Amino acid sequence: MKAKVHITLKNGVLDPQGKAVQHALGSLGFGGVNDVRQGKYIELDLAETDRAKAKDAVEQMCKGLLANTVIENYAIELVD
Amino acid sequence: MKAAVIVFPGSNCDRDVAVALEASMGSKPLMVWHRDTVLPDLDLIVVPGGFSYGDYLRCGAMAAHSPIMREVKAKAEKGTRVLGICNGFQILTETGLLPGVLMRNRNLKFICKDVFLRVENADTDFTRKHTLGDVVRYPIAHAEGNYFVEPEAFRAMEGNGQVAFRYCSKTGDVSDAHNPNGALSNVAGIYNEAKTVLGLMPHPERLAEDLLGGSDGKTMFDSLVEALR
Repeated sequence: MKAKVHITLKNGVLDPQGKAVQHALGSLGFGGVNDVRQGKYIELDLAETDRAKAKDAVEQMCKGLLANTVIENYAIELVD
Repeated sequence: MKAAVIVFPGSNCDRDVAVALEASMGSKPLMVWHRDTVLPDLDLIVVPGGFSYGDYLRCGAMAAHSPIMREVKAKAEKGTRVLGICNGFQILTETGLLPGVLMRNRNLKFICKDVFLRVENADTDFTRKHTLGDVVRYPIAHAEGNYFVEPEAFRAMEGNGQVAFRYCSKTGDVSDAHNPNGALSNVAGIYNEAKTVLGLMPHPERLAEDLLGGSDGKTMFDSLVEALR
């Protein structure tokens, strides 16, 4: 089973990288981009076959290492 | 006084801080590799600056889970003094020994220059040879020094004297014009609740003897020696 983890900055946390990307898009002529928020995407290949157990394990991985929950949110998607 | 310096793959200020410690202590600190799991009885543990584990995932995130940090955390919880400088500060926030997080500098640049800091608490083992409001010059060299913590938590920290240093002008004016990286409330360094753990972005060890162009940083090491000898 695969787990796809998206890690994003919480609302209200300033994202200077996102702002820089937004400005760069603007200077390339891509108008109408109201905001850019940059995050991380992590793919895990898991031996676990039980979905509930896999979800639990990945939650713990996110809290323990993959995300810093002071400023980041995470979303987990499991794919068979 | 007995001190140890933790060495991670990618640490690059470990020897500088060892030299500064030896000058104040009169003896060499123990250098401890990140794979070690046990520390002897110590008065001070230093988590030095650098780019531990190449800053993979987030600055300090990998180092925070290395074998030796479990022991550092256990010692810190028993009251052993811990000093985290620059990447060491990032590691201490990632381990949970200090609150908050160090985010990317607001101008997205790596900043390497001398800054002025105001001593916000002169009543700790790290600053006892200072007077409240002293202005010191320390170098900074980081891309992720933009301190952030939830506003409610920060108010409690301020009330508890946990703000150690603030970025300021040469004359001690704390304002946004003298904030190099966007840190919340110009915070350059913070203590844990008990003031036994200090993390700061600027490098006291890099200006700890006149040969380096200044010795403001020496006062911190002298304070520790006076408190812990």
